[in-house]
Amino acid sequence: MDDTVLTSFTDGAVGPGLEKAPTGIPGLDQITGGGLPLGRVTLVAGSAGAGKTLLGLNFLVAGARQYGDPGVLMTFEESAAKVALNVRSLGFDLDELQRSGLLAVLAFQVDPSETVAVGEFDFAPLFAILDDAIRRVGAKRVVLDTIEVLFGAFGDDTIVRSELSRLMRWLEDRGVTVVLTGERGNGSGLTRHGIEEYVTDCVIVLDHRVNAEISTRRLRVVKYRGSAHGTNEYPFLISARGFTVLPITSVALNYEASEERVSTGIARLDHMLGGGMFRGSTLMVSGAAGTGKTSLGAHVVNSACERGEQALLVLLEESPEQVLRNMRSLGLDLRPWVEAGLLRIWASRPSAYGLETHLAILAELIEEKTPAVAVIDGIASLSNGISSTEVNPEAISIVARKIDLFKSRGITNVITMLDQGEDVSTVALSAMVDTWLQLRNTETNGERNRLLFVLKSRGTAHSNQVREFVLTDHGVELVDVYVGAAGVLAGAARVTQQAVKREEELRIAEELAGRRRELNRSVIEREAHMVAVQDQLDAERTEIKRIDVRAGHLVADTAADRSEMAARRWADATPHNGEPQ
Amino acid sequence: MSEPYTANDGTDADVAGTGEQWDLCLYVTDQSPKCLRAIENLRRACEQHLAGQYTIEIVDLLKDPRRAADDQILAVPTVVRRFPAPIRKIVGDLSDDDRLLVGLQLRRSPSQRDDR
Repeated sequence: MDDTVLTSFTDGAVGPGLEKAPTGIPGLDQITGGGLPLGRVTLVAGSAGAGKTLLGLNFLVAGARQYGDPGVLMTFEESAAKVALNVRSLGFDLDELQRSGLLAVLAFQVDPSETVAVGEFDFAPLFAILDDAIRRVGAKRVVLDTIEVLFGAFGDDTIVRSELSRLMRWLEDRGVTVVLTGERGNGSGLTRHGIEEYVTDCVIVLDHRVNAEISTRRLRVVKYRGSAHGTNEYPFLISARGFTVLPITSVALNYEASEERVSTGIARLDHMLGGGMFRGSTLMVSGAAGTGKTSLGAHVVNSACERGEQALLVLLEESPEQVLRNMRSLGLDLRPWVEAGLLRIWASRPSAYGLETHLAILAELIEEKTPAVAVIDGIASLSNGISSTEVNPEAISIVARKIDLFKSRGITNVITMLDQGEDVSTVALSAMVDTWLQLRNTETNGERNRLLFVLKSRGTAHSNQVREFVLTDHGVELVDVYVGAAGVLAGAARVTQQAVKREEELRIAEELAGRRRELNRSVIEREAHMVAVQDQLDAERTEIKRIDVRAGHLVADTAADRSEMAARRWADATPHNGEPQ
Repeated sequence: MSEPYTANDGTDADVAGTGEQWDLCLYVTDQSPKCLRAIENLRRACEQHLAGQYTIEIVDLLKDPRRAADDQILAVPTVVRRFPAPIRKIVGDLSDDDRLLVGLQLRRSPSQRDDR
């Protein structure tokens, strides 16, 4: 990642022949595409306490230790012993470097009160001393720490000016890379005495400002002749590891995109997100106070530990003990994970350190042991420090860098922040997060209920439904809310509504059963009726048959009767032996 | 500057003549014209105001550059009044006699004189 940025700068920007002397300062070498101009003079300007001396020392120490470039430090502000003492806490052992012949420290204290100028002079001894020291250690790098104090020290600044100009040319002729430090002036110039006029190649300005009571250090490359450079203001910090500049590495935007899903530990939420978070993605949980953001974060951490993954929980609002206790009441016992070494909890009030320090500590934590999942709880307190009314743009950039830090290492991360609806800070951050969950309180019928919305989820078909977020003694549960004519109902209203609904269903069922019974009865009646009719039909048919039979008999009888009668009549007229005709 | 003084030219107050041995050191580089002028100017001034009660060490920093670091000398020519205390440094070719004497505190500055 870092290499990529470096290459992209180097490829596109640096002309041929412009060689660079790496400063060994992480970030600065990235911004400058490799370091300071080799064999040239670089001015580092800044107000008192801005870190000018330290930058110079870092340049020398890195040169001596990493790049085989011995160096000379000439300081006009402090004694050599004091300089060595001041930087020992940053891990720079100047005495050791001096003993091994990699560094020469020359300290001068100029006291204008004991010096007067009478007539012409020059800085030949200064040249001679430098020349001697450069030869002695074979120096490739020279740092002149606030050579400006020479102005005013001799009472004749015209001579000082021309001598310094000569010194710069002389140093460049020697092929050494020079860092000059200069005090920031009040006027329009970069430095109090305008020494930038001797420096044509590279000017770096350091700034130390306090915003919302949180201090931030900034670095800007104002000028770098013959080389492209990052022109932004970059935050930097001075930590136990020395000087670090934090470039916005996300300019590269070349994170790996994993297809793997990581469970949030809440099954319904995973389902809403289409199977969980993507590994290495960022989930932002925003919500008002008491909406359950921390609980959600704890679930994510817990789930990671259950999978046997390393997790990091950064608390900015509560102490670890507090969170452990609170989560236990939800049935989430995180302590075993802490004891097993799977979960690390780091708690600090953001106002305890500057923002950069905060970021640096985080970076160090991650470097020590890279977690698979990281949760930062309460990131909004970074934005605000102690005043909660204004949004601090620097805090947003720090949060962005934190997200970037995680993403560049493929760490699945969750950040929770307090918001008052869609305020500026959340909106500004939303561009950087992959999934944005919002927890909202609804207040109805004298109770507050939590609702969860998926505001966005990149690369995922996600649920557009609102869920009720219920904290139970066995963790967080997501429950369908009741959406009806009266709007979204949650909590007791949902429960009531569900009861009403159940009753209604019961009533309908009863109604149906009644109707069924009625119909059944009717069927039975009609079937009985049908049997009766059939019987009647049968009877009538039988009657018809009987009638038919009777009718047949009747015809036969009549015929018999008639022939008898005829016979009888014929007997009267003819003998009986004759056949009737 | 509590030493009693003797007027030697009628107008300027001179602080020499107390019998103290002055210890001066003049740093030069090689034989540069500025340095040669400084040696000459310093010697002349001392002869005038501190005759017999001064020593001048002349150090060539080109021959001994580390001496410059040790003695905190950045510019040449530089005269250091090592004794009497406090240490005074005068940088330049010492071409202005009046300012040299004030610088060495061989003579009070005009303002100091007015105060008296």
